[in-house]
Amino acid sequence: MNRRNNDELRVIATEHAPDDANQVADFTPGLIDVGEHHLCPGCGEPIAIRAVMDAIALLGLADTCIAVFGIGCSTAFSNNLDVEVLQALHGRAPSVATGVARVHPGLAVFTIQGDGDMANEGLQEVLHAAARGENIVCIMLNNGVFGETGGHLTVTTTIGQRTKNTLDGRTAAEHGHPMRIAELLAQIDGVGYVARGAVNDAGNVARTKRMVVEAFTAQQAGLGLSFVEILTMCPTGWFVPTDEAPDYLASTLAGTHGVGVLRSALEPA
Amino acid sequence: MTTRLVEGSAVVAEAMVRAGCRFFAGYPMTPFTEVLEHMAESLPRVDGVCINAESELEAVGMVWGAAAAGARAATGSTGQGLSLMQESIAEAAMAGIGFVVLNMARGQGDYFQATRGGGHGDYRTPVLAPSGPAEVTELVADAFELAERWRNPVVVVGDYYMAHTWVDLDVAAAVPDPPPAPDWALDGSSGGTGSAKLVSPLGTTKQRDGVGYDLAAHYDHCAQRRQAMTEGIAPRAECLHTDDADVVLVAYGTMARYAEAVVTACRTEGLRLGLVRPITLWPYPSEIVAEACAETKVVAVYENNAGQMIDDVNLALLGAAPVVGINGFRTDSSAFGIAPDVTVENLTASVQALFEQYG
Repeated sequence: MNRRNNDELRVIATEHAPDDANQVADFTPGLIDVGEHHLCPGCGEPIAIRAVMDAIALLGLADTCIAVFGIGCSTAFSNNLDVEVLQALHGRAPSVATGVARVHPGLAVFTIQGDGDMANEGLQEVLHAAARGENIVCIMLNNGVFGETGGHLTVTTTIGQRTKNTLDGRTAAEHGHPMRIAELLAQIDGVGYVARGAVNDAGNVARTKRMVVEAFTAQQAGLGLSFVEILTMCPTGWFVPTDEAPDYLASTLAGTHGVGVLRSALEPA
Repeated sequence: MTTRLVEGSAVVAEAMVRAGCRFFAGYPMTPFTEVLEHMAESLPRVDGVCINAESELEAVGMVWGAAAAGARAATGSTGQGLSLMQESIAEAAMAGIGFVVLNMARGQGDYFQATRGGGHGDYRTPVLAPSGPAEVTELVADAFELAERWRNPVVVVGDYYMAHTWVDLDVAAAVPDPPPAPDWALDGSSGGTGSAKLVSPLGTTKQRDGVGYDLAAHYDHCAQRRQAMTEGIAPRAECLHTDDADVVLVAYGTMARYAEAVVTACRTEGLRLGLVRPITLWPYPSEIVAEACAETKVVAVYENNAGQMIDDVNLALLGAAPVVGINGFRTDSSAFGIAPDVTVENLTASVQALFEQYG
């Protein structure tokens, strides 16, 4: 390496990249307008949303996609994306996306819902959309609680998990059993791709982004409904310290909702 | 002109296709079922889509999406099914998404459901009430125009009689192409431009504007749009022999056609009976009703329910004339609103009693 002598050292202005700079990486979140958000510290949803938007950017779908958002914490992003967004009501995104996709069959239409939205309020919507073979991508951000209301039981809450209405932990006898949504969808004819990812560590974030890429790839190939469930941290709703939330996800949520690809109609790469 | 004998439901479906409707979703329920059947048959022929939705909740959700994507879209149902759709109808008004909702009622017990709605929030929906298949084509076309103009759901009220009355339909005319999608509709193309479109019942300002969702500002905007819509839609009604009437009937929909026959019968006997038939149930034609009833001795509201539209007539008249309801007719055991008492003879007898009472 050539070392310049002191006379050649110069101060480089950092307000703008120098004209001769060669950018090798862009850390600006792709297709997300404003990087800062008002969700709780330690929330996993911004990471999951970024994984989805990065996948869309990677596949070059920014101007041929339409996002349909549900209602929940993730709604914080429905007015913060540089892709077209249609806001749906709580529970209704898969039907709304069906209407969009039938009018514009060539587009990459996708939904973003939480577990309360998709699995509690509107479970039959995604099941029927899957069975109809609607060519859309459905993303479920699963933190096992109603985050926006402050941490209440959903159908994906794990046995033993404390929520505001299961203060001593969920028991099957009192509160019923958790449902595994990805497994439920994987058995339906009309589904092209089903996977469950997580954003509790860098490896899982990378794997999750790959799952989302595969889901959109299946959608683009017309293989029917693609589903990616993403386990996300909710330290506020779990009543755990922020820095313990990733491990809590691995030990609690992922213990019931196992990470992996459950079904794929894509040709092996 | 080539005509074919069809049931009223087929006229409704044909009217929607001709008005540019290219997306329809519904869940079977009598007497809406037959409209759904005809749409399922008609829409694929014009490259449209008809989905037999798994619930009314899903049907209206699909229509929400299709309308936001720029298609002329419609759904509908009967009483209970429409009750299930109310949340989406109310919020669609807040999102500025216009579509047509067929309220294929059985009798007229769903007047309040149609005109007030059962949803939450500060919204209204325009309501059009054809008196039979002959008027359906015009009013369905008007409904789509209103939905597009005001970006608001619009209700068209039918009933069991209208759905099942067989009439001649002109099937020769070519089906016109639907109008282009409105500018605000989503097609994906604005993504990545720095100003991607947003359609939302929570508002349309984005975080990049330094604002984000501002519900107070959005609801103010919705209220202004609702006020403009209220003032911008001319209330409509048809008046028959009201100039010299001693008794004026007020009736809408199929019941108004019975009332027309009663007017003819009474006039033949020298009884000065008039009729006001509201065509827009919202905005209600209050001024037309008030003017038509200005000189009358009594106003009789004829509806196939226990008395609902009579509230609007009272609001229109504000005590200017006595208002009595001629209603409470029995329904038959099918509960489809096929009221066995709804006959010209029974209605004529009720009206004659009023002439005797109010001389």
